[in-house]
Amino acid sequence: MTVLAVDVEKRLGTFALAARFTATGGVTALFGPSGAGKTTLVNMIAGLIAPDGGTIAIDDTLLFDAGAGINVPPHRRHIGYVFQEGRLFPHLSVRQNLDYGRRVSRFLRDADGFARIAEMLDIGAILDRRSRTLSGGERQRVAIGRALLIRPRLLLLDEPLASLDAARKQEILPYLVRLRDAAHVPMVYVSHTASELRQIATNVVRLDAGRVVACGGIELLD
Amino acid sequence: MFDLSPDEWTAVALSLRVSIVATLVALPFGIAIGWLLARKDFWGKIIVDGIVYLPLVLPPVVTGYLLLISFGRHGPIGAFFADYLGIVFSFRWTGAALSCGVMGFPLMVRPIRLAIEAIDRRLEDAAATLGAGGFLVFLTITLPLALPGVIAGAVMCFARSLGEFGATITFVSNIPGETQTISAAIYTLLQVPGGEALAGRLVVVAIVLALGALIASEWFARRAGMRFQGE
Repeated sequence: MTVLAVDVEKRLGTFALAARFTATGGVTALFGPSGAGKTTLVNMIAGLIAPDGGTIAIDDTLLFDAGAGINVPPHRRHIGYVFQEGRLFPHLSVRQNLDYGRRVSRFLRDADGFARIAEMLDIGAILDRRSRTLSGGERQRVAIGRALLIRPRLLLLDEPLASLDAARKQEILPYLVRLRDAAHVPMVYVSHTASELRQIATNVVRLDAGRVVACGGIELLD
Repeated sequence: MFDLSPDEWTAVALSLRVSIVATLVALPFGIAIGWLLARKDFWGKIIVDGIVYLPLVLPPVVTGYLLLISFGRHGPIGAFFADYLGIVFSFRWTGAALSCGVMGFPLMVRPIRLAIEAIDRRLEDAAATLGAGGFLVFLTITLPLALPGVIAGAVMCFARSLGEFGATITFVSNIPGETQTISAAIYTLLQVPGGEALAGRLVVVAIVLALGALIASEWFARRAGMRFQGE
């Protein structure tokens, strides 16, 4: 079943992006070199950047349609987003960061979700710490938990391991694999590292210079 | 040193009341204008910017006079406030608070604006993806992160209000118990032969209040800043 259908175009200065792809359940990798337009594309899916034209639909609901004038704002899209740099709120504790989505929105409350997700990501012991005291790996785990706790229809991960060293990458990857196999949240995973994607992706969309050059399985990573 | 006469206490209490009211009433406007100037580009922004900072560069007497002809009992805005809201500014302490708020406003807006400009807007994007609409993002992310600047702005306005003299005396005169603040009381004492000794005590009070405000602001800003520095 198609979860996400994207068909958008956007011009940013001399860079032109025109991409069309669909994603089913599992982990769809957006794979390509730096500057291919991967981050721009996920920002459009999240609603942080408006495309110039085209459509974005999730579970058959239109989030964006240039022709019909539809552009659902990010806070109503119900899409989780894990950013490259974590973006934890520095004035809040880990627990408050995790609770942020539940407190500000009317998204379905998930009573046992907090404990389950804290356990899955091994962050139960750091709940009362401030984000600035966390290691890079802990920070990214909290960011993943925070995005999952809004019970998203789709989880976007934009180079979630890029700011970590090799050892930390290997620390986080098992959590992401566990997430893929246990949480049943479809994911769109942006990376330019084939070895990383081989461990996590189920489908691959290859981007280059703002164009989709291939869609298929993980054999596209070779 | 602090055995002030009842009249002097009246002036000190009035100064504090005027300054606190001026700061509290100005604060929401200061935050709104600071946010507007930090975040929005609109036609006429330079003019808004100029009007906000005008009291800083105009002679205070001119500001006081402009307040008199607009917010006085027969001024267009003053008449509106008196007739529809029952608030009279002319020759009242409320007028003193108004002129103090206006004079302190540029000093309040500047640190708030700088604090909002310094915020990493990507944090606000993150909050939006978690389900927070525009105003909630402002309340839960922007405002707490700008808090040291907001405190600094409030204290600057408060301190400026304590010291305000020219605009206030032009607008609401120098009436003991109603509009005679510390500054005006000192001025009055200095007009009388031999008044310097009496004025000296109020001078000390003025110094203590101003220093206290600065130390308090430093403490608050440090506490607020400590919570999230160095991420």
